[in-house]
Amino acid sequence: MSRPLVSIENVDLRYGGEGGTLAVSGLSLAVEKGEFVAVVGPSGCGKSTLMKLVTGLNMPSAGQVSVADEPVTKPVSIVGMAFQNPTMLPWRTTLDNILLPLEIVERHRVRLRAFKADYIAKAETLLATVGLKGFGAKFPWQLSGGMQQRANLCRALIHEPELLMLDEPFGALDAFTREELWCVIRDLHQDSAATGHPVTIVLVTHDLREAVFLADRIFVMSARPGRIIETKTVPFQRPRALDVMYTPEFNGIVHDLRALIAEARVQPAEAV
Amino acid sequence: MAVTAAKPFDWVKAAPWLYAVGLFAVWEGAVRLFALPLYILPAPSAIMGAIIQYWPAIWKNSLQTLYTTLVGFGLAVAGGLALGLLVGWSRFIYAGLYPLMIGFNAIPKVAVVPILVIWFGIGSVPAILTAFLIAFFPIVVNVATGLATIEPEMEDVLRALGARKWDIMVKVGIPRSMPYFFGSLKVAITLAFVGSVVSETIAANSGLGHMMLAAQSQFNVPLVFAGLMMLAVEGIIMYALMAWLEMRMTGWAHRSGHAR
Ligand SMILES: Nc1ncnc2c1ncn2[C@@H]1O[C@H](COP(=O)(O)OP(=O)(O)O)[C@@H](O)[C@H]1O
Ligand SMILES: [Mg+2]
Repeated sequence: MSRPLVSIENVDLRYGGEGGTLAVSGLSLAVEKGEFVAVVGPSGCGKSTLMKLVTGLNMPSAGQVSVADEPVTKPVSIVGMAFQNPTMLPWRTTLDNILLPLEIVERHRVRLRAFKADYIAKAETLLATVGLKGFGAKFPWQLSGGMQQRANLCRALIHEPELLMLDEPFGALDAFTREELWCVIRDLHQDSAATGHPVTIVLVTHDLREAVFLADRIFVMSARPGRIIETKTVPFQRPRALDVMYTPEFNGIVHDLRALIAEARVQPAEAV
Repeated sequence: MAVTAAKPFDWVKAAPWLYAVGLFAVWEGAVRLFALPLYILPAPSAIMGAIIQYWPAIWKNSLQTLYTTLVGFGLAVAGGLALGLLVGWSRFIYAGLYPLMIGFNAIPKVAVVPILVIWFGIGSVPAILTAFLIAFFPIVVNVATGLATIEPEMEDVLRALGARKWDIMVKVGIPRSMPYFFGSLKVAITLAFVGSVVSETIAANSGLGHMMLAAQSQFNVPLVFAGLMMLAVEGIIMYALMAWLEMRMTGWAHRSGHAR
């Protein structure tokens, strides 16, 4: 029916002009509105590059990227981003860090002063959602790594993005914290669908279990220059419990993905 | 003696005073033991005597040196901050100006004083400008470093939201470079003293540098040392002030808990 929210068509991106690194080549994929997709692939295959193409931080050398039916020619403000490194500003409290995007995004910055109380209430709600209720007044360096990453998610969500781009956001966390945050993200996605403003999530990860647990579809990328070599649909019903990870089907999918990536690593895609 | 205070004696806090007293005691002892003549190395007691005897002159010249140092330092702060922000703003400006500044910084400032005298005559102006020229560089370098080391992820997050260069500078770059800036003030203020005294020694008719030169030509060695002593005291006080300012302004950057 409707056109995809994100579409990448036959995109090449070369860093550093002629003779530079060809990061992705012949990259094509589409993400539907409200979908949760994961991108996996060998390290250095261009996953972060894909994120930057979609958010408009980098422009393709060839091909076209569209978000919400608009060709991407500059940064797209309907996007929220979170990286592995939480990059909280140490001189701001956690709450003020979370409010930072509102000081930037055009349609919010004009209203921020007049509606400060509303925005703060919204940030407090988000903090509660990710399990950080009452931590807004703390400075980021007073929080643990997992708590900083939760705050980072709040910052990515405060301006109500339609598209959430997560680049290995849980990579640096311990196993238990990571599982907790998987559930946080799962619930965020779930609840947004229920409210009628479904958020679309693109998650880059090198953790295959994370990808299978969270995503509806998983894109597997080839070695650099990256392109999609396989798209896997994850059959599990939502809402998913953590227990699903201990079923044979789950392990089967993880296994297939692992084999695909191992193969992609040894035989890089043709051209340079 | 038997102290029944609630807190044990804080040796670390007392250490600077104990070491200073120790240094002067050893100095005094050595001078007496080896019977060193006054014109080689005066004992601390003789220096203290000179400070008391010549107090009005010492006081006036100390104020003069403090004045030229602080004015030069103030100019260096304003100029250094402005140029640092400019250099950190764009890679083009950075690439163009940085080698020039390195070259300029490599010039011994003693060599510049005669030129300043030709332009401005003998007096406060060359001292102020020398203090400025010598204190300026560390401030520029530190501010520019703070700006140049913004995490690329932070920049990406903000750029993706539509932030302009100016937003990134104001929200991230400038606050981020403040610890570097305030840290550089400690170095800059001590260098400013070096600059003003060097200039006073070459071309001035007041100030501690001038006073010490005059005292030396009269073989009044205790007065020379009295001048050095005053310089050390002024230097320590201004350094402490800058360190305090640094703590006050950028406490968030010193979160080890070690420093309070
Ligand atoms: N800014 C850049 N300039 C030059 N080369 C880059 C840049 N960013 C990434 N690359 C190169 O592009 C390739 C893909 O990088 P990236 O997208 O970060 O991979 P991934 O996130 O999958 O590990 C790598 O070979 C990397 O070295
Ligand atoms: Mg990456």
